[in-house]
Amino acid sequence: MADLEQGRVAKVAGPLVVAEGLVRSRMYDLVRVGDEGLMGEIIEMRGSRCSIQVYEETEGIGPGDPVVSTGAPLSVELGPGMMGAVYDGVQRPLDALEAKTGAFLTRGVSAPGLDRERRWDFHATASEGDRVAGGDIIGIVEENELISQRIMVPPGLAGTITGIHSGTFTVTDPVGTLVDDSGAEHPLLLMQSWPVRVPRPYRRKLSLDEPLVTGTRVIDTFFPLLKGGVACIPGPFGAGKTVTQHQIAKWSNAEVVVFIGCGERGNEMTDVLMEFPELIDPYSGEPLMKRTVLVANTSNMPVAAREASVYTGITMAEYFRDMGYSVVLQADSTSRWAEAMREISGRLEEMPGEEGFPAYLGTKLAAFYERAGKVVTLGEGEPPAGEVPAASTAEDDAPRPRIGSVSVVGSVSPPGGDLSEPVVQNTLRVVKVFWALQDTLAFQRHFPAIDWLNSYSLYLDKITAYWQEHVGEEYRSRRDRCMELLQRESELAEIARLVGVDALSPEEQIIMETAKTIREDFLQQNAFRDDDQFTSLAKQDRLLKAILLFHERALAAFQDGAELADLFAAPVRERLARAKYLAEDQMHVLGEIESDIETQLVSEGRRGGVR
Amino acid sequence: MEREYMTTRDIVGPLLLVEDVADVTYGELVELEYPDGTRSLGNVLEVNEDVALVQAFQGTRGSNPSQTKVRFLGKGMTLGVSRDMLGRVFDGLGRPKDGGPEILPERRVSIHGSPINPTARDFPDDFIQTGISSIDGLNPLVRGQKLPIFSGSGLPHNQLAAQIARQATVTGEGAGQFAVVFAAMGITFEDADFFMTELRQTAAIERSVLFLNLADDPAVERIATPRMALTAAEYLAFECDMHVLVIYTDMTYYCEALREVSAARKEVPGRRGFPGYLYTDLATLYERAGRIKGKAGSITQIPILTMPEDDKTHPIPDLTGYITEGQIILDRNLHRRGVYPPVAVLPSLSRLKQKGIGEGKTREDHADLSNQLFGAYARGIQAKELAVILGEAALSEADTAFAAFADAFEDRFIRQGEHDDRTIEETLGIGWELATLLPRGELKRIKDAYVDRYLPAAEAMAVKVAMDAS
Repeated sequence: MADLEQGRVAKVAGPLVVAEGLVRSRMYDLVRVGDEGLMGEIIEMRGSRCSIQVYEETEGIGPGDPVVSTGAPLSVELGPGMMGAVYDGVQRPLDALEAKTGAFLTRGVSAPGLDRERRWDFHATASEGDRVAGGDIIGIVEENELISQRIMVPPGLAGTITGIHSGTFTVTDPVGTLVDDSGAEHPLLLMQSWPVRVPRPYRRKLSLDEPLVTGTRVIDTFFPLLKGGVACIPGPFGAGKTVTQHQIAKWSNAEVVVFIGCGERGNEMTDVLMEFPELIDPYSGEPLMKRTVLVANTSNMPVAAREASVYTGITMAEYFRDMGYSVVLQADSTSRWAEAMREISGRLEEMPGEEGFPAYLGTKLAAFYERAGKVVTLGEGEPPAGEVPAASTAEDDAPRPRIGSVSVVGSVSPPGGDLSEPVVQNTLRVVKVFWALQDTLAFQRHFPAIDWLNSYSLYLDKITAYWQEHVGEEYRSRRDRCMELLQRESELAEIARLVGVDALSPEEQIIMETAKTIREDFLQQNAFRDDDQFTSLAKQDRLLKAILLFHERALAAFQDGAELADLFAAPVRERLARAKYLAEDQMHVLGEIESDIETQLVSEGRRGGVR
Repeated sequence: MEREYMTTRDIVGPLLLVEDVADVTYGELVELEYPDGTRSLGNVLEVNEDVALVQAFQGTRGSNPSQTKVRFLGKGMTLGVSRDMLGRVFDGLGRPKDGGPEILPERRVSIHGSPINPTARDFPDDFIQTGISSIDGLNPLVRGQKLPIFSGSGLPHNQLAAQIARQATVTGEGAGQFAVVFAAMGITFEDADFFMTELRQTAAIERSVLFLNLADDPAVERIATPRMALTAAEYLAFECDMHVLVIYTDMTYYCEALREVSAARKEVPGRRGFPGYLYTDLATLYERAGRIKGKAGSITQIPILTMPEDDKTHPIPDLTGYITEGQIILDRNLHRRGVYPPVAVLPSLSRLKQKGIGEGKTREDHADLSNQLFGAYARGIQAKELAVILGEAALSEADTAFAAFADAFEDRFIRQGEHDDRTIEETLGIGWELATLLPRGELKRIKDAYVDRYLPAAEAMAVKVAMDAS
């Protein structure tokens, strides 16, 4: 850092500045532009000129203004103090910026990603003389009731600890020292920094086998996502994409949530910012914010910082993964990110690919989603309790692997709802789950407006074993049966539309009624109703069971001579329709509903017999 | 620090390329003087060493390379703000147009504004009563929201916007002074005159600021006009504690002006020739709506845009919809059937309504009732489509009820007079009366308690109406 190289501005065109004289700088180095020191990043080098994308408004910058290179790439600071923080796209804490400049963001302000003043209680778990390598846990900081930060040796560093102390430290105080094999001394800090565009290393990736439970029925039952998996939500505007994402953030069983508001609405971000602190984490009773990191780069904030924001977010997610946590990262919206790439590519006068997007769009998207996954992390040290079965292996001394995961849910906002556009198509090539939001469903106020016919999850077969073990033997087959009924309904609906419902055979009419029940009483879910926003897997299974029981009894009773109209008017249907609002501890009511079905869905003759 | 040059090399469309300049900065304000004496303002779009690319707001007619004087003013574009702006009419660049005196500004502020820090924003959750049932009842507007009207040529969007401007009131706590900022971009004199007359008739003009760039004004000037209006709005809202409603029309012309400049710069075009940064550019306008913690005022925006061929997937409505918090869509079929306001209820949406309605804001049953009305209307429309194919006799009993509901809904709930100002109680009352047309078992989206509380009164009312009629 001793010799900061200085150059001068040659050209300014919006967020793109071309500088001269930065000969020793490298691609993606961070620079400061102008007297105000606006943050920027080198994204192209031609001869002695380099192009810089600037993360702040460039009005007033002109040729001749100074440009100073920091000699380091854009990095984030990782350590205690991230939980509950709200950052912009380049990890400046927004509350610190507000304290400095007021309600409006002005230029050239900077603030470190981690609070330099705050002191943390550090409890050392490694001791002097220990040989450690990158990823090894040397101690713990209890950041809050939900998250304990496991302080790790930064990747790439290895050696012997020559001193380490428990105590109270700021993130920049050395808590110990490490001497590497060449004899060089390195201070051990509570924080480390990592370049955002480089994936953090891990030992190996694992196959996925655990569901990311969201409590949203259409997702968990029909199109499940796994821990470490990747999903995509497209959505024409107004289809309820954002609500679905908030639901996942609130209710999913991941331990850490990273939410990136990338080029989205300010008011929506405010909603997240105001709602999260009030939300109670259903799993611990603590505020949800205590396990959440927010990156907010709204649509009117500088476009270059928007481009950086997804990298900032996923680097933080990887850091928690490396501690052994399961993390869910939501990027809303990757289309805005792609548009930021396009905008910058256009300013660079690059040859465009499809629809003006840069030719490397697909590569960048794939590389981003590939940073998701379930991994065996680097290093040794206690994994979080409960994550790994405590069963002792043959060699009791063998270190247990630390396992962490990052699941990514990226939303796309296709223009005009056109799924054939490049961002969606390039995304679908890499994601495994697709929740097809439909505006037509939203118009009918069918929420979540996830189209059950067009959505898919390629994880179904991977999850079946888990379901059988933890939910119910028949959950998968019930799910498949319901899916089949819904599929049949869509075919029959075509016919009914042309020739009328009455032209269908009675069996087919029963299918239509059951499918309607599945749609209205299972798939539809009100995110704003306390008694409907979360449904456990066990209850989802029970609901399916009751609905399918209704279907079978209706078929049987009809064959036994019952009138269709009587069957469809059975009073139990009202109870069945409201079963989704039952509290989790009232599952016995579903048993009553089932016995109601048994008694009410019978033919007249049979009923007489029962009496 | 002003510098004057006569070194223009190229003139292309609204752009001038000026050589041998020194100390020019990006975004700098420029004054141009053409050989025939015409003057124009402009700003710097790009500067490369000693060459500056300038966009002329008044166009380049009358200019030539060798005799055009280009003065760089050493500052960005600003607007002088003051409370005295209220009641005044300005041109698209903020100069008085009503023959009145110049404003003595309290200070000058950059028209580009600064993004509001997301942590400083306060969430919009206060209901604005527009007096229009299809908006208040189903897609309510809240203070600090941006809710565009998607319309088509020939539809009464101006009447609707004017009705909102006239009738909009804030109720309850913190109901402060209300102001309207109106920005016209490329609309005809007649349309602008309509707004001014409407505002004058109700004396609302006293609390209004108008920025007019009309169809015969220079197109490129339109790029600055909404920014002028929003800068005035920010001053009134966040420094004078007023609730400001910004209406701007027509965003389509604004976007076309952007496209014109982009094409002249030979930029790589995005969809339909619009520049790739259209989203970001629109966001810098729309996102200036909102509330700020600790400030009493608010900015609510109603941008109006006419969709080319009523196509909502056209880039302008499409990108707008991604930034704004919902949209009010006007429907040509309803308009043809003589329903005013022709609000297409089903595809319209107010994303912020959840927080702005309910107990303490409007009424406890508001959310459930509006959900029910939506669902029933959607089903009624479906039933009617079915009836077209199969004949009404083929409809089930329930479907017949829903079809009748849909007709009644359009006639009594959506339709209202241009000067009919309904309170939210009245709107919800009509909704409940319509709900009586449905079998009670179908009211699945309303909590039982609300059905018990509100349905009997509505039933009694419906019976009374029926008896009065007979």
